[in-house]
Amino acid sequence: MAVPKRKMSRSNTRHRRSAWKAVAVQTVECPNPACDSRVVPHRACGECGQYGARGERRQVL
Amino acid sequence: MPTPTKGPRLGGSPAHQRLILANLAQSLFEHGKITTTEAKARRLRPYAEQLITKAKNDTVANRRQVVKVIRDKSVLHTLFAEIGPAMAERPGGYTRITKIGPRKGDNAPMAVIEIVEADFTPKATTTKATEAPVAAAPAEPAVDEERAEANDLDTSEVDTDAAIADAPEAAENADATTEADEAK
Repeated sequence: MAVPKRKMSRSNTRHRRSAWKAVAVQTVECPNPACDSRVVPHRACGECGQYGARGERRQVL
Repeated sequence: MPTPTKGPRLGGSPAHQRLILANLAQSLFEHGKITTTEAKARRLRPYAEQLITKAKNDTVANRRQVVKVIRDKSVLHTLFAEIGPAMAERPGGYTRITKIGPRKGDNAPMAVIEIVEADFTPKATTTKATEAPVAAAPAEPAVDEERAEANDLDTSEVDTDAAIADAPEAAENADATTEADEAK
């Protein structure tokens, strides 16, 4: 079985891990003017439970 | 021939998937709206819509087909007495899936599948008969513009190659239209 020849230094470990970046999720404004929250696109709003175009939004939850 | 679903069955075995889909369909017809995982909702949609299509035509044969899935008599009655007649005008698309946020416990993407309730209003069919006048209308002013250009060219006498190339045609058109008018 292949095994590492050398101990991985703390520096190398931290250098590698520093490249693990989280990306902020893109959000859009809730179609409900009264809600004023940000929602993931194509998902019903978690705050007010509404979904749809601004003109014809509907209560989903 | 029905195409087999790709990938693993819901629940692990074909029998389990049949039961899951039947139970989901029954719950959907009972409550009108259910919250489930997105994968199950996507599998349920064609399954439930085929049942509703059968419920639109209340015959003994159709009832026997549906009762194989919907074993609860009260739900069967709702399906044939309320849901089916309500969808009489609608040519398919009886259900709607709306995605909602992920589930708390396992982060599974969840969705709400519901029976469409709004009255069906058929869209205005765009046939060639209706499009033809619309297409013809802009064409006639173009001829008028050409004639106008031809008149302008005659009066101002602009000496460019393009004008020379365009003007005779426009003039011919104008002559043709005037002749047609005279013929009338």
